[in-house]
Amino acid sequence: MRKHRHLITLNILVALGALVMVFPFLWAFVTSISPGAGLSATPQLIPENPSLSAYAQLLERLPFAQIVLNSLVLAVLTTVFQLATSSLAAYVFSRMPFKGRNVVFAVYLATMMVPLQVLVVPLFVEMKTLGLIDTYLGVLLPGVASAFGVFLLRQAMNSIPTDLDQAATLDGAGHFRIFGLIVLPLVRPALATLTVFAFLNSWNSFLWPLIILRTPEMKTLPVALAGLQGQYTTQWDIVMAGSVVSVLPMLALYIFTQKYIIQGVAGTGLK
Amino acid sequence: MTVLESSNSTLPGAATYPTRMSSPRRRKASSRLRYSLTVALFLLPSALPLLFFTIVPMIAAFWISLHQWNLVGPMKWIGADNYARLITDPGTQGAFLHTVYYIVGYLPLVYIGGLGIALALNSRIKARGMLRGLYFLPVVTSWIVVALVWRWLLNPSTGIVNWLLSLVGIAGPGWWTDPAWSMPAIILASAWKDVGFVMVILLAGLQAVPEELYEAAKVDGAGPVRRLFSITLPMLSPSTFFVIVLSLINGFQVFDQVYAMTGGGPNNSSQVVVQQIYDLTFRYGRAGEASALSWLLFLFILVITLVQVRGQKKWVNYA
Repeated sequence: MRKHRHLITLNILVALGALVMVFPFLWAFVTSISPGAGLSATPQLIPENPSLSAYAQLLERLPFAQIVLNSLVLAVLTTVFQLATSSLAAYVFSRMPFKGRNVVFAVYLATMMVPLQVLVVPLFVEMKTLGLIDTYLGVLLPGVASAFGVFLLRQAMNSIPTDLDQAATLDGAGHFRIFGLIVLPLVRPALATLTVFAFLNSWNSFLWPLIILRTPEMKTLPVALAGLQGQYTTQWDIVMAGSVVSVLPMLALYIFTQKYIIQGVAGTGLK
Repeated sequence: MTVLESSNSTLPGAATYPTRMSSPRRRKASSRLRYSLTVALFLLPSALPLLFFTIVPMIAAFWISLHQWNLVGPMKWIGADNYARLITDPGTQGAFLHTVYYIVGYLPLVYIGGLGIALALNSRIKARGMLRGLYFLPVVTSWIVVALVWRWLLNPSTGIVNWLLSLVGIAGPGWWTDPAWSMPAIILASAWKDVGFVMVILLAGLQAVPEELYEAAKVDGAGPVRRLFSITLPMLSPSTFFVIVLSLINGFQVFDQVYAMTGGGPNNSSQVVVQQIYDLTFRYGRAGEASALSWLLFLFILVITLVQVRGQKKWVNYA
């Protein structure tokens, strides 16, 4: 009986905690459909005159569709590149021994330790020399390879027994075929994890696009949103509408990939 | 595949091999060459970007840090002057202090919160999967969105948090408009965003703790508090270690939320190291100093991480 009551208390506490996690999102949505929010000191939990006018204004003042498209294209390209470059390198580190391979791998891992902030000035200069300031290529380039991705996929490839490759080698298959037809299909869960990580990281990345992009129409969602705040300091309904619009695609992705994301994160902590 | 094979046989190197070399050896040499080419082909797509966009800039940053430079004009060699200046500069010291303030406030909050949720979700509770998903949602949300939403929640005059506080008779603080409350506001929002991440890491650790340990402890008469401190926490120490190392690395690099919530203000009360690097470079055009500060930050993180890795033997228990 006492145990039962404990469980009820626990359920209530956890539900309250979940409310704390979800409420800011709900509140952002409620604010976005309440014109003039932020003008009165008593918030209306249920808006009296709900309206989508904030969204209309947002679309009027910002090339929002273009900005969402910018973020989307950059995130998709980053993800595709990272999947390709990481899986190829991971295959070498897992299946193709050569002299000095451990040293090369250690260098890869070491680049994970270097914060982007340390690189900002020279990277900016590099991009300027290459004439890539205010271009999508300039945003994209530093993110085409990911040491984290290589590490993640190598771990996954190492856990696949090599019997299959050996059988394929006997059948005359080379490394290209073993990589594409045997190893890659077997590490699909890890590829899924990397896909989600790469996409979200690019979708949410802020500092680098902030530095590289100048033209308003070229900006990515987080950069445009951060700019919105300065422009409409008191128009919280517009700022929140922008936040809602930028959360929605991510939310859609999250609902379907939650399992992979959480498993991926949980896995990183166990090693 | 076939393209590579045919191109190998026409490589100039292959034709100049001494004729007395027996044919199996020649075949071996050409297959070794093909192997090396394959390795190069597989590695270069990631090695080149890492070289040009991480390793080279890293070294270049050090080179720039030894100069006085405004990003456009000529560079002037000044040796270690930037470093000497930064160490005595009150602005930089303040930025380091605020960064440490951030970590000291954030880490206990996010760890205890994450542990509590992980313990709750590790029990026989309903809808665990959905709850786990909800707690994790802020982790995948862009920092800019989180910062904007929290700026609104913590709005001193019209925000809902201060309104809720006023319902129970508390006059809410000025949050991001008050120098004394700007850091707590950032810490609160950051802990809210990251608590789900810590929860997932600790939950994975908890699920690896063998049930028999708890059974045995119960038989020995250990209460829930005793079990927490004598079994759960020691068994979780590798996960805890991971959370602390990662939080410190990320904590010293805190930037997005500061930029979007306070911009370092008011009155520099929330100026952190990376915000300082950003301002030095793009606001004041002092790229040499900014690079020196980047390197100081990097070394700082490196030393702290190494110290932790060294110290882990004392308290982390790998079963």
